[in-house]
Amino acid sequence: MEILERRACITGIGQSDIGRRLHRDPLDLTLDACLAAIEDAGLRRDDIDGLATYPGNLTMPAGFSGAGVTEVQDALRLRLDWYDGGPEQPGQLGSVINACMAVACGLATHVLCFRSVFEGSAQGSRGRRGIGVDGGGGGGGFRASGFMQWSLPFGAASAANWIAMFAQRHFHEYGTTREQLAQIALNDRKNAARNPNAIYREPLTLEDYFAARMISEPFCLYDCDVPCDGATAVIVSRREAARDLRRTPIGVEAVGSAIHGRPSWDQWEELSTMALRDAGAMLWKRTDLKPADVDVAELYDGFSFIALAWLEALGFCGKGESGPFVAGGQRIALDGELPLNTQGGQLSGGRLHGYGFLHEACVQLFGEGGPRQVEGPPQVAVAAAGGGPLGGCLLLTRG
Amino acid sequence: MREKARGEADQPFRILPRITPENEHFWTGGAEDELRFKRCRSCGYYIHPPAPRCPTCLSKELEVAAVSGRATVLTYTVNHQPWIPGFPTPYVVAIVEIEEQPGLRLMTNLVNCPIDAVRIGMPVRVRFEARDGVYLPLFEPVTG
Repeated sequence: MEILERRACITGIGQSDIGRRLHRDPLDLTLDACLAAIEDAGLRRDDIDGLATYPGNLTMPAGFSGAGVTEVQDALRLRLDWYDGGPEQPGQLGSVINACMAVACGLATHVLCFRSVFEGSAQGSRGRRGIGVDGGGGGGGFRASGFMQWSLPFGAASAANWIAMFAQRHFHEYGTTREQLAQIALNDRKNAARNPNAIYREPLTLEDYFAARMISEPFCLYDCDVPCDGATAVIVSRREAARDLRRTPIGVEAVGSAIHGRPSWDQWEELSTMALRDAGAMLWKRTDLKPADVDVAELYDGFSFIALAWLEALGFCGKGESGPFVAGGQRIALDGELPLNTQGGQLSGGRLHGYGFLHEACVQLFGEGGPRQVEGPPQVAVAAAGGGPLGGCLLLTRG
Repeated sequence: MREKARGEADQPFRILPRITPENEHFWTGGAEDELRFKRCRSCGYYIHPPAPRCPTCLSKELEVAAVSGRATVLTYTVNHQPWIPGFPTPYVVAIVEIEEQPGLRLMTNLVNCPIDAVRIGMPVRVRFEARDGVYLPLFEPVTG
């Protein structure tokens, strides 16, 4: 079986300004990121013949989607041979996996992939609210339907609640502790201090962590990512079309997109794992590389526990062993054996929602991390995004 | 704000489910103090969330059946964040597994239980809270 994603590569990356609340037109931010990626690849916009995004144009939750396929295509007057945008994908990076397949199959040559958020500005000074709560749920006749009917009536209005229950089950089964969980937040903050685009860069101590208010046990404030404004874009190109571009492209060695359990936040059978269990396992079936070959890991941490789950799903440690694996923080530090979330993750870097991890994996493989560059330079990186019933991952190689 | 009916004065604001022909058995069974699920007549499998076919044997021959209301806490979280205005914190959100079938689960609130007494594995039983014709299945510890 040919591993088709190897016909694809990443030829350029771009990011807009990133901030807690920028109060800018989200389409403006999106186009900044898209044009930066096109320029980074050494392409012209006329070269773009494919467009992919997650989750497409949605009006709820507020700020969750800064632009969809339609807005970007029209704003850039793109002539598309292939496009794809929507929320029902293997996580946020499912859109990139789809783009890899589109170029591999010859449906497109250069696919512009993007993810845009403005949750910081959209939430304003009211702080983070529950999903669906802004949809009229604060009073009046709003009624919940679909999955939310099983969750909202019980005040479980946020993924913070849902993911906290996965974490609590992991704590129960394996003895994982809050001090271990804290290492994800502390490591993110250390790395963010070296990233000028990160949202929170001042030092964070274990004492600060334990002093923070609780959100949904075992999660405190620092276990939850920070809503922000910003957009990220990457160019996925067909290998043969990438030879003469500005950069030596990044190879796509393997992808993981599987979900074998029930697609649900509360019906997922094995509560100490998530769908990413299946995506991670699939990735290693498509390559001869091993977890030990990975030089840098960029793993989704919308909530700290999700990064622990990805560490296990991708085989960096055994099932249930992610707590001891990160204990003390040395192993996942910038100079550790598996540098993790080198841009500050979403906890300190900002909730760019999945694409930030792919962007950072590329930064590291291009060797352009500056003060946060992993030594080597790294040859193999993994980028993974999604939690709960969403999960997708890519194994990337330098040159 | 919605006007509170008599006897609801001490109850938190709750966002209620939209009742449809597909979910009505579940959300109104509490009127007769019954926790009800769709069940396959062919193989006996309880189906939740409701679906038009049994996901196990694919039969369309379904019925509505009541269960005992006994369950076990699989996991929980003590929520402190005021996501929903009018819903006082802290409160306990849990996923419970219904006694009759492994994997038959509900997200719910644990009530009539001190927060620091909540444990995974704790036996609980259903107790309905009525709101505007909807009967929310909440769970409380089995005592005695």
